[in-house]
Amino acid sequence: MDQDVQIKITDRDGKLHEIAAPTDMALNIMEVVRLYELAPEGTIGICGGMAMCASCQCYVLTEHPLREMQDEEEAMLSEAFNVKPNSRLGCQIQITPEMEGLEIELAPED
Amino acid sequence: MITTDILIIGAGPTGLFTVFEAGLLKLKCHLIDALPQAGGQCSELYPKKPIYDIPAYPEILAGDLTEKLLEQSKQFEPGFTLGERAETIEKQADGSFVVTTNKGTQHKAAVVAIAGGLGSFEPRKPLLENIEFYEDKGVAYMIKDPEVYRNKKVVISGGGDSALDWAIFLSDVASEVTLIHRRNEFRGALDSVDKVQELKNKGLITLITPAEVTGLIGETKLEAIQVTKPGESPVTIETDCFIPLFGLSPKLGPIAQWGLEIEKNAIKVNNALDYQTNIPGIFAIGDVNTYPGKLKLILCGFHEATLMCQAAYQIINPGKRYVLKYTTVSGIDGFDGTRKEAPKAVVKSIN
Repeated sequence: MDQDVQIKITDRDGKLHEIAAPTDMALNIMEVVRLYELAPEGTIGICGGMAMCASCQCYVLTEHPLREMQDEEEAMLSEAFNVKPNSRLGCQIQITPEMEGLEIELAPED
Repeated sequence: MITTDILIIGAGPTGLFTVFEAGLLKLKCHLIDALPQAGGQCSELYPKKPIYDIPAYPEILAGDLTEKLLEQSKQFEPGFTLGERAETIEKQADGSFVVTTNKGTQHKAAVVAIAGGLGSFEPRKPLLENIEFYEDKGVAYMIKDPEVYRNKKVVISGGGDSALDWAIFLSDVASEVTLIHRRNEFRGALDSVDKVQELKNKGLITLITPAEVTGLIGETKLEAIQVTKPGESPVTIETDCFIPLFGLSPKLGPIAQWGLEIEKNAIKVNNALDYQTNIPGIFAIGDVNTYPGKLKLILCGFHEATLMCQAAYQIINPGKRYVLKYTTVSGIDGFDGTRKEAPKAVVKSIN
């Protein structure tokens, strides 16, 4: 479908997945990971997408312009583990057409 | 030994509504929850967030939903074992189960309903190599008895409400309080942040930000910690206690060892009938279960609880027939002696 964007996600076992993420379903990265079952249920999106856990933490490997970090996300990441300068919470990044070619890696489970 | 008809593991919305449905069938319930309060995720994670898909509530705060569920089941006098985690289950010769918590509290019931959501909330432990060695030897993830810290040197790390609140509280108890956070900004109630600022200015709290605890030192018990600021080399700080407060995250925990069939971190149940697990007498309802088409929604948990109670009734009252009664018609008789019923229509002739 033409409203899909191709993104690359490296799962927690280091396996690379090239997937088509729909842009017309208001999905965020955490939900795309669940949609394609790239991490076991119960290990990602635990709080449901409220930036209240860091189970969907990922590292952004490309320079795509992403939605700016809001206070809630910043606060959560300040308490998360394995945080790097390119860490984001997947649940806070909605899939948009500008994300074609985005590459991310899932952070390890707590 | 606490005895009841249905032992519910998990006092979230599904567990609480089970008390009501069981009560209509004259079955008594007792709930165990690892958290110190009822409500599960609704009270622990997002009490102030609105929920929009509870039938008949266009909008309700998660905390208010918990209050209303407690109120709804109040007349059925549920018992609670809070702040304890269900640890082991043993089947008895008479077919009932004994569930023992991590604190040794025993509960006996003919039916066990696991309404455990994502599992029990456990403290998130920082990733320090030897941290487990120092647990109960200076390292604690929650504060049970503040007196333990009297006249001790205490280091707290974390940037949320509990880190701020305990730093404030312990500044009055401990000989030294050091608060370490990865950022300069704290995410807490505004007055807690102001209070910490005030105590810092008075020299009662030492604040180290932005910094991280990167090492633990001590022969037999904790004696010092290493603190590292970005781009600087680690500094050693002497301390008796280190309390990392990084919030809680749910873990399926001991339930995973109960011999239940688990799939995708959830308990498999028979959704064609009654949400029973592979062990007869043990049911799983709400977010903790899985079956084809499962949706982790509070409203689905309510439905599952209702059907589960019917099966529990048959186990507890074998062979007894049951006819569904509507609360509007029959009213509700509480175990506390109260009765709720629809007002009777007045029959009176008009002359």
